Amino acid sequence: MKDVWTIYKRELSSYFSQPIAYAIIIIFLLLSMVFAFTLGNFIEAGDASLTYSFFLYLPFVLMVLVPAVGMRLWSEELRTGTVELIGTYPISLWSVILGKFKAAATVWFIAITLTFPIWITVNWLGEPDNLAILSGYIGAYLLACTFLSITLLVSAFTRDQVICLIVSSAICIGLVFATFDPFVRQYSKTFSPEVKDAITALGVWDHFLSLARGAFRLQDLIWFASIIVASLLGTSAILSAKRS
Amino acid sequence: MIEVENLTKRFGSKLAVDHLSFTVEKGEVLGFLGPNGAGKSTTMRMVTGFLPPTSGSIRICGTSVIDDPKAAKRHIGYLPESAPLYNDMTVTGFLNFGAEIRGLSGAAKKEAVDKAIETCFLESVARQSIDTLSKGYRHRTCLAQSLLHDPEVLILDEPTDGLDPNQKHEVRQLIRRLGETKVVLFSTHILEEVEAACTRAVIVDRGKIVVDGTPEELKAKSGTGSLTDLFRQVTTRDTEPEAPEEDAA
Repeated sequence: MKDVWTIYKRELSSYFSQPIAYAIIIIFLLLSMVFAFTLGNFIEAGDASLTYSFFLYLPFVLMVLVPAVGMRLWSEELRTGTVELIGTYPISLWSVILGKFKAAATVWFIAITLTFPIWITVNWLGEPDNLAILSGYIGAYLLACTFLSITLLVSAFTRDQVICLIVSSAICIGLVFATFDPFVRQYSKTFSPEVKDAITALGVWDHFLSLARGAFRLQDLIWFASIIVASLLGTSAILSAKRS
Repeated sequence: MIEVENLTKRFGSKLAVDHLSFTVEKGEVLGFLGPNGAGKSTTMRMVTGFLPPTSGSIRICGTSVIDDPKAAKRHIGYLPESAPLYNDMTVTGFLNFGAEIRGLSGAAKKEAVDKAIETCFLESVARQSIDTLSKGYRHRTCLAQSLLHDPEVLILDEPTDGLDPNQKHEVRQLIRRLGETKVVLFSTHILEEVEAACTRAVIVDRGKIVVDGTPEELKAKSGTGSLTDLFRQVTTRDTEPEAPEEDAA
């Protein structure tokens, strides 16, 4: 555990000693607010909730911004050769993977928490269900962590950050759009209902929106957890295979 | 001490290290010579536990690198060939990180970092960001990192590469001094370094040891008293057509 903490501290300070974390947090705040006040009709809708004005648009923002935070995690180590230092320190590969993942997850925790003015605003304008809002925030954070774990896995494959960004964004975009309603309506014409249901159960919306509406369902938590755990295990397998 | 037995590494069909065996005792400085691509770096990467060998055994101070890598790695300080560093950190910040990851904390950590900075002459750049350092300082920062935990075994991959003659001299002196109390294995292709720093040297060619002896023995073997002549006699030049590879299986 102490090794995880040492790696975590290094990674986190490297995010905040460079412009990357600040830039991404600011862009995230801008985009999420722009969506909430334009497409989301936050003011005109007259609805004291954040589900359809704010949370609904987060996956679109996260699917491209999360890979930008995670892309350097392994690619940078592979490019500069510091992976050789990491590989000869008396620590396990797992503590490095966990430390890196947690550091990037902390950046997203900060970014998502900093959207709190919209929570204050909605409480000031009306009387929302604050537990549902908390559940929506948990959903947003879990979604960011899910995209992050996918990015971490992709970054273990390549020393090129741009390739990592493009490939992991493509995967996240795929996960978001494969189950986005207008698309689902298209392919539900060709596929049988069972196939359609299977696809929607794999995608983001079913699980994210149920949390955004304030429903805690076991299957949603399992969906998030299984992608995260599988990606982290995959990262470890790829890095071990790369050495031999 | 380092004990390497029948160490073999295959990358696909290419045999990079071919049944290599050697030992380095405490108080010895072993120079690893050989042309580029002879398998020096690959051997060092296996000894430090970074690359898993295809076959063979490696023991560091009696602990097997393959069976108990964590315990074996504790005994080793390693300077990789390209001297990789985290460019976003300061020299002190990086060394503090290195000390923490080696399990040092509090006063012991501070003492270790101060000592490494002093040994490698880094005082003037200690607070500087690593990406602003010149090549010589980068190299010495990475060398300092390998000394933090006062390891019994030091493995240095081309420690004088890219340094100016003054810095080369300093590093050789340092290797000599460290070699009195530690086990040192270092690679180079500068032949004068053998006389300046080694107690023993081996020449590796195509993954095999072709010559092994003290610098004096090596000179005697050459017939002309010149290490360069010996080096040219026993190693294959990369301009020559490659000899058919023997199957090691």
